[in-house]
This record gives sequence, C-alpha cells and structure tokens, in this order.
Amino acid sequence: MALLEIKDLHAKVGDREILKGINLTVNAGEVHAIMGPNGSGKSTLAQVLAGRELYVVTGGSVTYLGKDLLEMSPEDRAREGIFLAFQYPVEIPGVSNMYFLKAALNTIRKHHGIDELDAMDFLNLVRDKMQIMKMDQTLLNRPVNTGFSGGEKKRNEIFQMAVLEPKLAVLDETDSGLDIDALRVVSGGVNAMRSPERAMIVVTHYQRLLNEIVPDFVHVLAEGRIVKSGGKELALELEAEGYEALGAYDEPEAVGRV
Amino acid sequence: MTAVAEQTGAWMELFTNQLPAPAWLQPLRDAAFARFVELGFPNTHNEEWRFTNVAPIARTTFAAGRQGVPETKFAKGPVQLVFANGHLLTRPESLPAGLHVGGFADDPAAIAQHLGKHASFAENAFVALNTAMIEDGALVRVASGAVIAEPIEIFYLTTGSAQPIAVHPRALIVVGADAHCTVVERYQGAGDGVYFNNAVTEIIAGDRSVVDHYKIQQETANAFHISTLQVSIGRSATFASHSISLGGALVRNDANATLSAGSDAALNGLYIVNGTQHVDNHTMIDHTMPHGTSHEIYKGILDGKAHAVFNGKIIVRKDAQKTDSKQTNKNLVLSDDAVVDTKPELQIFADDVRCTHGATIGQLDAEALFYLQSRGIGKREARSLLTYAFAQDVVDRIKVQSLRDSLERILFEKFHEHAE
Ligand SMILES: Nc1ncnc2c1ncn2[C@@H]1O[C@H](COP(=O)(O)OP(=O)(O)OP(=O)(O)O)[C@@H](O)[C@H]1O
Ligand SMILES: [Mg+2]
Repeated sequence: MALLEIKDLHAKVGDREILKGINLTVNAGEVHAIMGPNGSGKSTLAQVLAGRELYVVTGGSVTYLGKDLLEMSPEDRAREGIFLAFQYPVEIPGVSNMYFLKAALNTIRKHHGIDELDAMDFLNLVRDKMQIMKMDQTLLNRPVNTGFSGGEKKRNEIFQMAVLEPKLAVLDETDSGLDIDALRVVSGGVNAMRSPERAMIVVTHYQRLLNEIVPDFVHVLAEGRIVKSGGKELALELEAEGYEALGAYDEPEAVGRV
Repeated sequence: MTAVAEQTGAWMELFTNQLPAPAWLQPLRDAAFARFVELGFPNTHNEEWRFTNVAPIARTTFAAGRQGVPETKFAKGPVQLVFANGHLLTRPESLPAGLHVGGFADDPAAIAQHLGKHASFAENAFVALNTAMIEDGALVRVASGAVIAEPIEIFYLTTGSAQPIAVHPRALIVVGADAHCTVVERYQGAGDGVYFNNAVTEIIAGDRSVVDHYKIQQETANAFHISTLQVSIGRSATFASHSISLGGALVRNDANATLSAGSDAALNGLYIVNGTQHVDNHTMIDHTMPHGTSHEIYKGILDGKAHAVFNGKIIVRKDAQKTDSKQTNKNLVLSDDAVVDTKPELQIFADDVRCTHGATIGQLDAEALFYLQSRGIGKREARSLLTYAFAQDVVDRIKVQSLRDSLERILFEKFHEHAE
C-alpha cells in the first residue's frame, strides 16, 4: 500500500482554482522533490495535505495509509504522522516554543497510546535534536518563531520535525532564507531522518538543496498540474534550461505572491 | 415622585438606618448623601455612562449587608484584612514595623485628614453613595521610608442570598514618602442571590514612594460591581495598578490617577467576560506637573454576548511639559455576538509632550491556530493556548508570584471553558 496517494486533486481558494488535477503516489522510504514556477500551486498542495481549511478541495481524493485524508482534521493528520514544514512559519507571541512542542509531542504520543514525557525527559530528548540542528537553546524559551530570523524559523521547523518524527514530511521551501552553512546543517538534519518507514516531499526552487537531499523522484508542478516527472537528473535539466524550455510556465496572472 | 426621588427613596431608609457616625464623619456622610440625591443614578445620556446602563441597579431594592461569617473560601495570608458583607471580620495578628493595617476606628485623625479628599463625589453618584454609607473601611498606613516586602491583602467577601444586599467597601491607603509597599484588593463573591458592591479606594502615594496595587475582581454571575480607584501620586513616586476583572453581571471600574512632577504611573487591566456580562473600564490619568510618565495597557477577552467598554482619558495640563504617556487597549473577541466599545480621550494643554494611544479589536489568528493544529494540538486546546497567550503580557506584569500563579490557574481553567 502506498503511503500517500493523490488522485486528480482539485482545490480552490475563494473562487479561483489553483490545483487542477494533481496525481502523485508516494511510498514509504521515498523522497520526492516538487519544483515549479512561482504561483504554480506548490504551497497550496502542501497546505491541502496538512488540512488548511482556507483551501477548498473541489475534486479528487487523497489516501493516506489507506484512509481518506481529506476527511481528517489537521490535528488528526499530524497525530497520524503528517508534518508540514511551512514556507512561512507563523509567529505566535505569548506561547513558548518549549511548551508548544512538548504539548504537540505529548498529544501525538497519547494518540498512539505511549506515555507522555515529563519535563525532564522532554528536555533530554530536545537537547539531542537541538545539537543535530546546531540550534541555540535560547530559542526554545522564546515564543514560537517570534522575532526569529528567517533562517532560525526554517531551522525551527526541521527541529520540530526531528522531535515529532513524522511518517510523511512535507518541506515547503525549507532552503529559502538559509545561508550556505545553515543549508548544510538543515539538510544534514533532514538526511538523518531518512528511513525506509518515512517519506518526504521536498518543495524547492534550487538544485543546491537537492545536491544535499538527493531525491528519488522530481516532479514539475505548473498551473496546478504535475507536468513532468523524472529522476534526480530532471532537476539538473531544469536548472540548465528553465521551466519555459519544458513548456511549463504559468500564465502571468498566476505568477508570484509578493 | 420624580424618577430620581423614586430611586433614592429606598436608599434614604438605608442611609438613616446606619449606625451613628463619629462627629468628624457625619458631616461628610450628610454632604455625600445630599449630593447623591441631587445626582441620582446616571443614565446613558450622561456621556460618562453612555455604554453602561445602570438601570438594573437603580431598579433593585437592596438591604444592608449583614454581619456574619461568609461561605467564601480564601487563602490566608500573613498581612490580611478581611471584610465580610462590609463588616471587618479578621485583621492581621502582627505587623512589620512601619505598617498599620486595620479598620477606620483605629486612627480617626488620619482618616479625617484624607477620607473623601481624593475621591470626589461631586459628579459621581456611586462615589457619593459610597461616601454616604461609610461605616467602616480598610485603613492601610505605611510610615515614611518603610519598605514592606509582604503584600498587604484586603479581601472583600460578599455573599448573595434571596434578599439583594448592597455593600459599600471603602479603603484608604496612605503611603509615606520614600516608602515601598504592595496592596492587593480582592473582591470575591459567593451565593446565588443578587448583590451590589459599590467600592471606593483612595490611595495617597507619598513623594518618591513605590506602590503596587492589584485588584482582583471575582464577583458572582449575579453581582453588580461598581468601583472607583482614586490615586494621588507624589513627586517622583512610582505607582502601578493592575485590575483583573473576571466576575460580575454588570461591572464598572473607574481608575483615576493624578500625577505630580516626575511621577510614573501605570494603569493596567485585564477583563475576561462571557455570557451576558458587561464590563466597563474607565481610566483617567491626570498629568498636572512636568516630567510625568504614564503607561496603560488594558486587554480584554470576550465571548458569548458579552459587552466591554474601555474609555481612557489622559489629561495633560498646561504645566505638565515633557509628559510621556502611552495607552493601549486590545480586545480579543471569540464570538460573533460580543461587543466592544473603546475610546481614547486625550485632552492636551501643554505643547512639549508625547502621547500615543492605540486600540484594537481582533479575533484569534487563523494562521496561528492552523500552525498549532498542524503539530497535533487539538483545536480546542489550540484556541485556549492562543487566548492564554493574548493575556500573557498583562499576567507577566504581576510581580507578586503567588498572585500570578493563582491567576494563571484561574485563566487556564477559564480558557478551557471558553474554547469549548
Ligand atoms: N490565501 C490565498 N488567497 C488568494 N490567493 C492565493 C492564496 N493562497 C494562494 N493563492 C494563489 O494561488 C496561487 C498558488 O500559490 P502557491 O502559494 O501555492 O504557489 P507556490 O507554487 O507555492 O509559489 P512560490 O514558489 O512562490 O512559493 C498563487 O497565484 C497565489 O497567489
Ligand atoms: Mg510556495
């Protein structure tokens, strides 16, 4: 059974259709890269998978571990192992990163009938993961993402992934805003999490990320559809020739969100 | 009979049935009652009361609060004064040097010097009524230079029963020059019946003193709570008040501070209302002399059909050059039917001043909510977490650890309710 099976998925925001028939199958252990022009619908797909209500699914189906994913609440998806690393992580003043992550981890553990961690055990677990991510301890005591630099926010996303240990991680432009060293650290963190039980969908614009996190498959998303799929060499082709050469570019109306 | 006479008739009986007052107090009571009869209860044509209709209070016939031990449970503290239905129940057994905490009978001379000199009843019918009904009250005196570490707590316990009662808590807090102290006023209700707490607190903060004041209002759902806090802040003194308003059906708080040269005043507040609760916070900061600073942050959380009013008046008088004043009112509205009326009111007569103000009315941030959910946190839990986070910065300003802890517990439970 595939971990994730997306069939002819259509979604809109307001009265504008953004996803226009996505088909994608992801098996455990695989890493899929999704590339594509600005505004083509990559983040929309990611958010739909995580359950954001703003995006209304108008057709198609998504099956996750044999279950209808679209029927599940965002929190249940997370508890069942879906994790979205946001392109734009949200600042939440007043909620400490530590409290938030402990609450998240314990809800997920409870859902699986595992004992909740007390503050001490949690801290030990978190220390290890922070080391891997070379993340400053003080970020843990600050409010979630509040005042974090762009790079710190992205690091915090992958750090959360490392703590929550999802089955399916969707990383939406985790590389944007990272300096070269940070890119290496974050990629290292992601690679450390690759396993036969876990799959990843990595949304990116750049080959340099895929040099670090080498994908099994590369897909090009344009105008709300996957217009081309291939192996890791497809990304190199795109880097050399651009989307236009592939005939995959968006109508100007759909390009970019400032 | 005119409408005003109708309203005040029943009060006349309560007024005349009071225990006789000492000679120094009777004239004050008489003058206040005469003024109350002239003013009558305000209606919504009165600009100060535009959004708060006190007809439910005016319509009700109240009896005087009876003496007795209340049903309410309260934590016992070392420096504590407890009033039950307006009557002094317990007082501290021992006191640190430089501190006196007791009833009005303890020191009539000190009281006569200050009582009613700060909280004017000329224009406020509720202050007039309170003053007319003074029998006893809380007296706190801190000697010049004394530093009192232990918070001084005044509990006002009121028990509602079948016959509505009216209680007029009164406190006089006189802090000498260079003294430091913390005063906690706690209004706690019990019982099912209607009652009316009509409180007035006067604080005189001496020159260079540092005074922290906390008011925690946890009246019952059937209670009327009207209060006036009147503070006179001395030269270069630092005063902060934190008003936490949780209970009551109909609540109006006036917090007024008059600053001298170089005084620093903070008036902060948090109100959390649900159902058909109505809470009105009026603040007035009066800069009379140069180099004063004032900061105000009031935050409100509304659910159900609750109605909140905030009116922040800042006066900067002609001589109050170099005044620096900041006012913020933020409201978090959790339901479709809750209503907020918020208004800054700046009267500035000096030219070299800095005054800023801002008010917001908003809902929970949908993106933040989704972010929390996307990590496995349930919607209810996420809502309560964000609601709690909204109140956090006001709670963080509370310096008394035990108070902050108890408030955090109360809020935590409340937001779980609200999130449902
Ligand atoms: N909340 C929204 N309201 C209106 N339009 C939206 C909203 N979210 C997305 N869109 C539009 O949908 C289209 C797809 O957006 P999406 O964020 O999925 O693109 P993307 O492929 O992730 O682009 P990028 O590479 O720039 O991140 C864009 O044209 C965008 O403006
Ligand atoms: Mg995007």
